[in-house]
Amino acid sequence: MPITINSRAYDLPEDNRVTLLDFLRHDLGLTGTKKGCDHGQCGACTVLVDGMRINSCLSLAAMHDGDHVTTIEGLGTPDAPSRLQQAFVEHDGYQCGYCTPGQICSATAMLQEIASGWPSDASESLEGPVAATGAEIRERMSGNLCRCGAYANIVAAIEDVAAQEDAA
Amino acid sequence: MKPFDFQRAERLEHAAQLCADEATKPIAGGTNLIDLMKLQVETPQTLVDIQRLPLGRIDDTDDGGLRIGALATNTATAVHDRVRSDYPLLARAILAGASQQLRNKATTGGNLCQRTRCYYFTNIDQPCNKREPGSGCGALKGIARLHAVLGTSSECIATYPGDMAVAMTALGATVEIADAKGRTRSVSVRDFHCLPGDTPWRDNVLEEGELITAVILPPPIEGRQLYRKVRERSSYAFAMVSVAAIVAIENGRFTRADLAFGGLAHKPWHDPRVSELLLGKEPSAQLFDAAADVLLDTAESYGENEFKIPLARRTLAAVLAEATGVEL
Repeated sequence: MPITINSRAYDLPEDNRVTLLDFLRHDLGLTGTKKGCDHGQCGACTVLVDGMRINSCLSLAAMHDGDHVTTIEGLGTPDAPSRLQQAFVEHDGYQCGYCTPGQICSATAMLQEIASGWPSDASESLEGPVAATGAEIRERMSGNLCRCGAYANIVAAIEDVAAQEDAA
Repeated sequence: MKPFDFQRAERLEHAAQLCADEATKPIAGGTNLIDLMKLQVETPQTLVDIQRLPLGRIDDTDDGGLRIGALATNTATAVHDRVRSDYPLLARAILAGASQQLRNKATTGGNLCQRTRCYYFTNIDQPCNKREPGSGCGALKGIARLHAVLGTSSECIATYPGDMAVAMTALGATVEIADAKGRTRSVSVRDFHCLPGDTPWRDNVLEEGELITAVILPPPIEGRQLYRKVRERSSYAFAMVSVAAIVAIENGRFTRADLAFGGLAHKPWHDPRVSELLLGKEPSAQLFDAAADVLLDTAESYGENEFKIPLARRTLAAVLAEATGVEL
């Protein structure tokens, strides 16, 4: 079975050592997904697989046959950005921008996790409703590092979108 | 990464048969194994993809416990309704570990089998008896901040890094294991991981060709369940010390004190003497101190990890105080 990336089907790589990250960047030219540490520590390579965020550097492409992958290119375009992409621009949620695709993919899934009522380490109750507070967002986004330290604006951008979704 | 053959197992027995070869490793979430393969700490000749085996379910057991399939992800376990309501300790421990991205891939079986984060183990230019038997232990006279203070040996002072298994140890869970001939056996999670002794390369009791199929939780246990993890930043870091506790008080005295500790040893640490000391007694700061005396009576430090001994004492006291309402 092929792998589907941003709604388009591709054949898997022949070399079984190729990570999902290298497959996206090197083989397919989808260079929006970034290679930071390549060891699952920085989150720059975060993509969505069947809606769940994962580190694409720690996953072999060969293990994703039949999966549906969404990268930053699949979330929006310069002409039609997603709400989070727009909010990162409005709040200046970056400096160099290298971690931004991973931050936005991660935050996209995170808002869905909150909507599903999934608790985090920062949640007072495991069973109660979850709100996208600053503390919750910081805990839930801890797998995405920003070496420029744009965290305050990243959190503001995500809070903004969470509030828009609450209002909708 | 060294070249390897890649196979997919469709059936459990087939997977176990393939893994009977010592150069073959099963892969599911891959979050630890792929990292170690990039570092050439792990160099399997063959990987067997087991992620499509039907081991991902979380089901009630007949006696009211819970059977967590080996391929259930850490996320699936932590957000499962019954884990949240009946085993909050386990949900808390999982949520305190790693990042959401990693928990989405990491599995129950893989989490139990994850390797130490000892910096000498993960650096192939350094000596390590666990990675390369007989090469020596770099940590013994090196940087030992992450390292063990209980159950160490002259061969290895590495720690088991996980959180999930610490909660399972306090809960007294059981690991279900299958082999290539279709036989299964059960091992208490308290006996699943090994101490380093003179075989530090052995992390756990799995034999070649054996695969974890599930972890079985006992029926819900009465009492307050707490997991406290002390680390060097408030999220996404390994435990320096962690304490998992199930505590019950009746008539002002301990009727239950099931405790397990992370970050202190080569395995989630469980010392029955600690609960024996607490049971039947009134909680007090002095009693908590006496419990720590028993817990730590054989503790030994290796330079930089000296802080772990007083930290374990204080964390134990803080958890028992929170569980019982005693002021320290």
